[in-house]
Amino acid sequence: MSGDAEATRRSALGQVRGYGSAKEGVAHWWTQRLTSVALIVLGCWFVVSLLALPAFDYVTLVRWMRSGWTALPLILFAAVATWHSELGVRVIIEDYVHEVGAKTVALAFSTFIHVVIGAASVLAVLKVALGGPP
Amino acid sequence: MRATASNGAPARGRPLSPHLTVYRMRRYCLLTSFSNRAAGGILSLGLPLFAYWLISLASGERWYESTHAVLGHPALLAFYALLLLAFAYHLIAGIRHLIWDTGRGLERAQSRTSAWVVIACSLVLAGLLIWWAMSRAGGPALPAAGASLSPAHAASIARAPA
Repeated sequence: MSGDAEATRRSALGQVRGYGSAKEGVAHWWTQRLTSVALIVLGCWFVVSLLALPAFDYVTLVRWMRSGWTALPLILFAAVATWHSELGVRVIIEDYVHEVGAKTVALAFSTFIHVVIGAASVLAVLKVALGGPP
Repeated sequence: MRATASNGAPARGRPLSPHLTVYRMRRYCLLTSFSNRAAGGILSLGLPLFAYWLISLASGERWYESTHAVLGHPALLAFYALLLLAFAYHLIAGIRHLIWDTGRGLERAQSRTSAWVVIACSLVLAGLLIWWAMSRAGGPALPAAGASLSPAHAASIARAPA
C-alpha cells in the first residue's frame, strides 16, 4: 500500500472520525413511520366515531367514553397523535429555524407543550372513563 | 473560518442527511410536499383544542356546557372543517409516503400520477367528511346551549360501567 493511498484513506477516515453515525440516525424516521401507521387506524376510528355520534352534548360524550372499550383507542389516539405531532413539528422547526439558540428554544418549547397536551388529554379521558356519576 | 454546508448548517458537527434545501422541487412535487407539511401543522394546531375539549369534558357537565361559546364559535366551526380537510389530505398523502418508503412509485411519472391521485382522493374524502359533519342532526351539533341532564340520562350515566 503506497503512502499516497494511505494518506487518501486517512483523509477519508478523518472526514467521519468523530462525526460518524451515532447509531440513532433512523430513530426519528422510524418512530415517525410507526406512529403514522398507527394513526391511519386510530385517526380514522376517532373521526368516524365522533361523527357517528348523535350529538356532542355532555351526556352523549360521557356515555360514549364510558361505553365498552372506547377509552382505550381514545387514549392511544391522544398519545400517538401527540407523539407524531412532536416529531413532525420538530422537523418543521429544524428546517426553518436556523439560528442555533432560537432553534434550541423552539424545540424545547415544542416538546414541553406536546408532553403537556398529551398527558392532559390522557388524564382527561381517564377521569371521564373511570369517574363516578357526574 | 466558519464554513457552512450547502444546506446552511454549520460544517462542523455531524453530517446531516439531505433535507429541505438540498432537493430541487418543482410544481406538483413542491405542492404535495408542502401541502402535507402544512396539513400536519394544521392538525398539530388542533391538538390543543382536542385537549381543551377533553379537559372541559372531564371538568363536569356545567363546565363543559359553558365552553359552548368557545367550542361552538363560528370561527372554530370553520376550523373544524379545515381540520377535516387537513386530516383527509395528511392521511392520503401520508399513505403515499409510506408506499414511497418501500421503494415503490418513486419514478417521476409515477410520482406525478400519485400526486394527482392524492389530491383527488383527499378532496373527495374531505368533502364526504365535511358533508357528514354538516348534515348531522341539528347541523354542526355542539354542546347544546341549555341542554340539561334529564333524569333518564342521569340514570343511564349512573348505570354506565365506571
